[in-house]
Order: sequence, then C-alpha cells, then structure tokens
Amino acid sequence: MIEALNLGTALVILALAVWTIAARDTFAAVVGFVAYGLLLTLVWVQLRGIDVALTEAALGGGLTGAMLIGAAARLRRTEGAARAQRPGVPTRVAAALLAGCVTATLAVAVLGLPDPAPTLAPETAANIAATGVGNPITAVLLAFRAMDTLLEAIVVLFALVGVWSLAPDRAWGGRPGPLQRADPDGILAYLARVLPPIGVVVGVYIFWIGADRPGGKFQGATILAAMWLLAVMAGLVDTPPIDRSRLRIALIAGPVVFIAIGAAGVAFAGAFLAYPDGFAKLLIKVIEWALFPSLAVTLALVVAGAPERTGT
Amino acid sequence: MTTTPGGLLLVLAVLVPFVGVLAAFALGGRNAQRVAMVTILAGLGIAIAVAAAVAQSGDALVYLLGGWGVPLGIALRADGLAVVMILAVAVVIVGIGVYARADFATPPGVREARAPLVFWTLLLAIWGSLNLVFVSGDLFTLYVALELLTFAAVPLVSLDGRAETLRAALRYLLYALLGSILYLLGTVLLYGVYGTLDIALLAARVQPEPATLAAAALMTAGLLAKTALFPLHLWLPPAHAGAPPAASAVLSGLVIKGSWFLVVRLWFDVFPDVVTAPSAQLLAGLGAAAILVGNVVALRQARLKLMVAYSTVAQIGYLFLMFPLALDPASARLEGGGALAGGMMHAVSHATAKAAMFMAAGVIYAALGHDRIAGLAGIGRVLPVSVLAFTLGGVSLIGLPPSGGFLAKWLLLAAAVATGQWWWAAVMLVGGLLTAGYVFLVLARALASGAEAPALRAPVPRSQEAVALALALGSMLLGLVAFTDVRFLGIGR
Amino acid sequence: MTDAATLFGLLAAALVGIGLYALIVNPQPLRKIVAFNVVGNGVFMLFGAIAHRGAGSGWGGDPVPQALLITGLVVAFSASALAIALLLRLHDVAGSATLATDAPARVSPDGNAADA
Repeated sequence: MIEALNLGTALVILALAVWTIAARDTFAAVVGFVAYGLLLTLVWVQLRGIDVALTEAALGGGLTGAMLIGAAARLRRTEGAARAQRPGVPTRVAAALLAGCVTATLAVAVLGLPDPAPTLAPETAANIAATGVGNPITAVLLAFRAMDTLLEAIVVLFALVGVWSLAPDRAWGGRPGPLQRADPDGILAYLARVLPPIGVVVGVYIFWIGADRPGGKFQGATILAAMWLLAVMAGLVDTPPIDRSRLRIALIAGPVVFIAIGAAGVAFAGAFLAYPDGFAKLLIKVIEWALFPSLAVTLALVVAGAPERTGT
Repeated sequence: MTTTPGGLLLVLAVLVPFVGVLAAFALGGRNAQRVAMVTILAGLGIAIAVAAAVAQSGDALVYLLGGWGVPLGIALRADGLAVVMILAVAVVIVGIGVYARADFATPPGVREARAPLVFWTLLLAIWGSLNLVFVSGDLFTLYVALELLTFAAVPLVSLDGRAETLRAALRYLLYALLGSILYLLGTVLLYGVYGTLDIALLAARVQPEPATLAAAALMTAGLLAKTALFPLHLWLPPAHAGAPPAASAVLSGLVIKGSWFLVVRLWFDVFPDVVTAPSAQLLAGLGAAAILVGNVVALRQARLKLMVAYSTVAQIGYLFLMFPLALDPASARLEGGGALAGGMMHAVSHATAKAAMFMAAGVIYAALGHDRIAGLAGIGRVLPVSVLAFTLGGVSLIGLPPSGGFLAKWLLLAAAVATGQWWWAAVMLVGGLLTAGYVFLVLARALASGAEAPALRAPVPRSQEAVALALALGSMLLGLVAFTDVRFLGIGR
Repeated sequence: MTDAATLFGLLAAALVGIGLYALIVNPQPLRKIVAFNVVGNGVFMLFGAIAHRGAGSGWGGDPVPQALLITGLVVAFSASALAIALLLRLHDVAGSATLATDAPARVSPDGNAADA
C-alpha cells in the first residue's frame, strides 16, 4: 500500500537523519547523508514532483554527496581534535529545547494548514498557453518567474568566484584541483571511459524534453557536470586553467543571453523578460540552449575547487 | 498593481551592477577595475534617476517583470524607504570604489591578480544584490537576493587568505546560511497559508494566526542572525576586522543594512497587525543589549579595527530600538512615523560614518604597519586627515549635532517620549556616552603631544584620506536634511 | 493525497529540528554543513508537501512551489560548495578544521595579529 510505503520511507529518512548527527565518524555520517539524499528522491516522486526529484537526485544526492565525501576523506585526520570540542550538557539541552520548539511549532503549523489549500495551479493553467510550453514548471521558471531563474544562474557564478578566491596567490590563473593520476587500467578509468558518453546523451535528452515533460536544463547540466568530473577524477582529462578567456566567456554566456533576451523584451514586448506573442516558446528554447552549457561548466568548476596548480 | 512609468529604472538598478560583474569577470585583468569604475558611475546615475522619478511622481515605482501580474509573476517596487537606501548605498559605493583603487590595483607586469579581480567583481555583486533586496516585492526573490548578498560578501572577508580570516569567513557563512534557511522556512509557511509570495498581496491577506506568527518569528530570527544582532553577533567582529579595509567598509556599512532592511520591510509592510507589543519590546531589548555589550567590549579592544567592528555590533542595536517606538498604542499596529524615520536616518548615517572610520583605520594600518591603539601616540601629526575623518565619523555615531546620528537619536528620543517608553531613551543616552568613550580614547592617543611621531612605513595615498574625510563630513552634515522640505519616507506607503 | 502531504510535512518539521540541533551542537564544520543541508531538505520537503496539497488543473502539484524548489536546491548546492571550499582551504592553511573562537586580539611582538 502506498501509505505503508510512505510511512516506511519517512521512518527510514528520520533514522538516517538522526544517524548523520549521532555517528561518531564524520565519514560514516556523510555516507549516511548520501543515502538519505537518495531516499528523498523517492519522497519527491510520492509528492508528484518529478522535476524536483530529478534535481534532488542529481544535485542533492549526486554532486553534493560527491563534494561531502571528498571533503570528509581529506579531513579524516582532524577528527579527534575536533571531536574533543563537543559542547557541554547545558548547551546541548538548550539546543535540544530550541530544536524541539521549532519542530513543535512547525508541526502545529502543518496540521493547521488551510483546507482547501491555496494554490496557484489554476492561474498557471490559465496563462500557460501564452508561453507555448507544456511543462508547467518550465513555464514558471522561464516565463512567469524568469527573473528568479536568471538570478539563480548568477548565484552559481557568484559561488564560483567565491571558490576561486580561495586560491593561493601563486596559483591564480592555474588549474583547479590536484593532478589526478588514476590507474589507467583500474575500475575508475574504465567507468570514466564508459559512462560519460551515456551520461552525456542522457543529460542532453533530459534537457531537451524539459519543455514538455519533466526535465530541464539544471538537471541535464548537472549530469553533464558529473560526467566531466568523473573523467577528471580518473585522470582522463585535466581541469582548464581559470584565466582562459574562452572559459570565462563560456561561463557568462548563459546569463548574458538571458539578459539580452530580457532586454529585447523591453523593446518588443513591453517589459523586461516579456516574450512577444508567438515567440515565447522559441525564446525560451534559446535561453535554455544558452544556459545549459554555461550551467554545466559552472557546476562542474564549482565542485572542482579553487586553482591549485600553475604551469601547463 | 501595474507597471508605473520609470519602473524600468528598478530593473536597471539591479541589472547594471550584475552586468558589470559578468563583464569584469569575463574581461578579467586590469579591465575588471575599469569595468567597475564605469559601472559605479552608471549605477550612481540610476540611483539618482530613481530618486528623481519617485519624488516627481509622489508615488512608489512599480515594475511587473515579464508583464505578468502578481501573484503569478514577480513585481519590483520602490517606495520612499527603498529609494533612501538605494541612494545611500550608491554614494557609499562610489566612495569605496575611489578608496579601493589604491589597494586593489593590478600590479604592473601581471596580467591578472587574484585579489583585485575578486574584489571588483564582488563589490559590484554586493551592490546589485543590495538593490535587489531594496526593490524586490516578492518574498522568494528576496531569499535569492539574500543568498546573492551572502555569496558576494563572504569571500571578501577571507580575501587575504590567512587562517584567521578563513575561519571568520566560514563562521560568517554558516550563520548567514542558517539565517537564510530560516527566512525561507517562514516564506514557505506563508505560501502554505496564503497562497502568494507577493508582499503587497500578503499585506492584505495576513491574519494573526499561529502559522503566521511562527513564520514571522522564524523569518525575523533568521534575519537577526544575518544582521548580527545580539546574541547572534559573535561572527561579526573577527569577520569585519579581518577583511581588507575597503571590504570592511562595505560589510559594516552596507551589507548589514540589507538584512536589517528586510526586517523593517516585513514588520512594517507584511506584519504590522501581527507583531505584538511584547515581541517589539523583545527586539528592542536585544538591541539595547547589543548597544551596551558592543560598546563596553569596544572600549576594551587593543586593536583599532576590532574596536570599530565592535562599534558596529553596538550601532546595529540602535537600528532595532525603533520597533517598539513605532508601535502606535491606540491602533496596536506599527505605523511609519518619527521612529521609522529615526531608524532609517541612523542606518544611512552609520553607513557613511562607519565606512569612513574603517577607511581611516585602513590608512593608519597601512601607514604604520599595525593598528594597535597603544601604538597610535602622536599619529595626529602625521596623518591629520585620517584622524579627522575617524573622529568625525565617531562624532556622528555618538550623536552630536548636526550629524545624521544626532538627527536619528533626536527622532527616536522624541518617539520614546511620545509613547512614554523612557527606558529606551536611557539606553540611547548611555550608549552615546560609551561611544564617546572609545572615540575620544583614540582621539586623545592620536593627539598625544610629547611622544615622537611614529614613522610611516609606506606613503599614504591622499585619495584614500580624502574619500574617508568626505564620507565622514557627509555623515556629519546629514542632520541638516531636517531643514529641507524633502519628505521621502512616506512616499508610496 | 492529503495524507502524504501531512506525513511528509511532519517529517519536514522533524528534519528541521534535527538539523538545527546538529548545527548548534556539532563542533566540526563539515558536520555543520551536513546539518545545514538536513535543515534545508526539511524546508524544501515542507514546500513540496504544500505543493502537493495545491494539486489541481490536471497536475499532481502546484507548479509554482515545485519550480521554486528547483531554484532552492541549486542555491543550497552552491552554498554547500562554497562552504566546503572554505573549509578545505582553512584546513590546508591552518592544519586544523575547527571554528574555535580564537579572539584575533592576540598580538605578536610586531604588532600584527598572530595566526591562531
């Protein structure tokens, strides 16, 4: 029964969440977190949010999990010292009380949510025809609330600048991450040769169908980024130096096209980010095609880290 | 709600700095600074245009993005409060831009250096994000704006790459992320209850029910963590003191005001009927604690930059005293009036004064090689302009006429007397005395005669001193706006 | 349909509380980052439950919150990336990965603040 499945999933998620705090070893906690992220994808499917499920699986479980595991591995040696700083009982009790209050307040709020629930689905349905796309989430992201999507592309870029700012001065302009020399006959190299072609096709397909079915550029871009990172980890390709102007242009191309189309909207459709009648779907496609590679590159570089090596 | 003429200026106010970020990032090298200079001038022009448009029309500017109406789409809205902040930020950014030219010029012979590229890019990024906070009329867009602001501000703290600034930056980031996620939680609750994220629509629909109160509490708590109000202030002193002086000026003067402005926006525009008198008193109580604790700890600091940073902690407290003072006892709701004007004036006056003080402290640090207060004896003779800038900024913070700080305290005191809340008046007076304590401590040390003037390790860029003095003078003269006929704050409210 | 939303809404409330406790109590920054993600997941799950309750017009959920969730997930990912990068750099420079509040007022003989 669906109810039993939901209840079971919820309990396992709860247990995993407690595990991520209670586990003594940070590495074990992080692995638990990745598992919990994958279970969350199931929750999204149950809540009928397939687009969100895809994004959670790719970004939340996939890329975030990879980053956390990498960090946990690098920080293993500092475990003991850090653990010695656990706060005393009074702080823990106060924190537990605070957390308990917040949970209780939220639970009361959840149980008291109005019925019938207020929703913007009817408004979306009324206006979606003007956008020409079939997927309502794409319509919201790229038509009704396009500004949020533009800002989101810019947010990731800011994070990249922040990550790059952590480079040592001598390594500025160089390549992110350490030089990877994986065993060319090992399993990692094998996976890195086999998976990326499949991953690229899947990623592009998910991006392509996003206009009318669940999917979209973020999910597709994440898969592409993950494939590239896999190849980097296996030593098959190296990260690009960050001072290449072609790289910089590739990073800003998506937001620039988005802003340009938005500005054209002022002239031709009366408002910034408005679409002239009949051209909406085309322009949305153009924006997505521009954002897709930019996002893939940005997401991949954010995970790759700050420049560490100069030279060839 | 429909788009008003001149509303496009709001879009420009947000996007021109962001386009500047993209251009500076892509062109790189020395061009980043050139792009920043051009963008700063353009942005100042836009800010003035926005102010003129609002003053002329006498009503708020509104812009419906994409032409879609709310609640489906996003509206940008600039009323008097937003305009004041946009102008203040633009002016201070111009000052910081001029000041930073000496510190963040790309060295000759190098194609691109890390610190200059990062600084100029993130300075523009902070500016665009702040403008978005001021004009966005949608709660979720405001969440994205808060995150933009955080991502742009945090790397400036650790710009010099030392362990302690990295630690301060990480601590700042964690507090800021907690703050934004609590804010988002409140936003989600509000959508669940009312079905809209638009501020104007919410203002009409909001009722004092449990979920709304929970949302208000969560959002306020989150924003307090980002604004470093006591007791969530521990991240601020090491972060603001460890950043390069130009960055400290931006962080203390401007970035802090972004999340504070959101508290004002939420309490006065979305929740005026929902907030209760006890909650307003609690907020001001935390503010009073911040004033007392911040000032006392500032007095005990050995280093100038840390003293100025703890002074920020204290001055933030004043920004929250206005809430119970704005509570109209008759209608039991928050009314804009003298208290609101006092709070806004304090925000603007502090922005200019604190920027000037950090700039002056930066000049002193670069000239002497250290900023130990004990070692500042006689520096007034070799760096008179900087010492004057620092002192004038401090005087504005103390609240002596005709400074903006004086006008702000005057308005707040008048509101305290009018509503019979004399205890806040007492807090303000004690705070002023304590502030005077550390300002004159530094001044006395700087003017000490008999000690031999310290040797300057490096030549002092006169432009930096001039900008610091200009901002400090601006803060000193802000009180004179009381004599003008401009009544901005009530427009569009 | 409403039961799933209520169940996951309550789960979301629990996750927020668990994450908040962990964020305050765990001294290791990496665990704090994980805790922040747990809180974030809780907030997103609550939004998702609200979206599910708003199903209508032939769709399984209210599309506006679902779209905003995607934005939120991307923002949360960027935040984690920046935090982890900061943490790793701190580890490289300082050799330790703690946030112990060391007051930079410690002054070395030449007047500059010493690294903690």
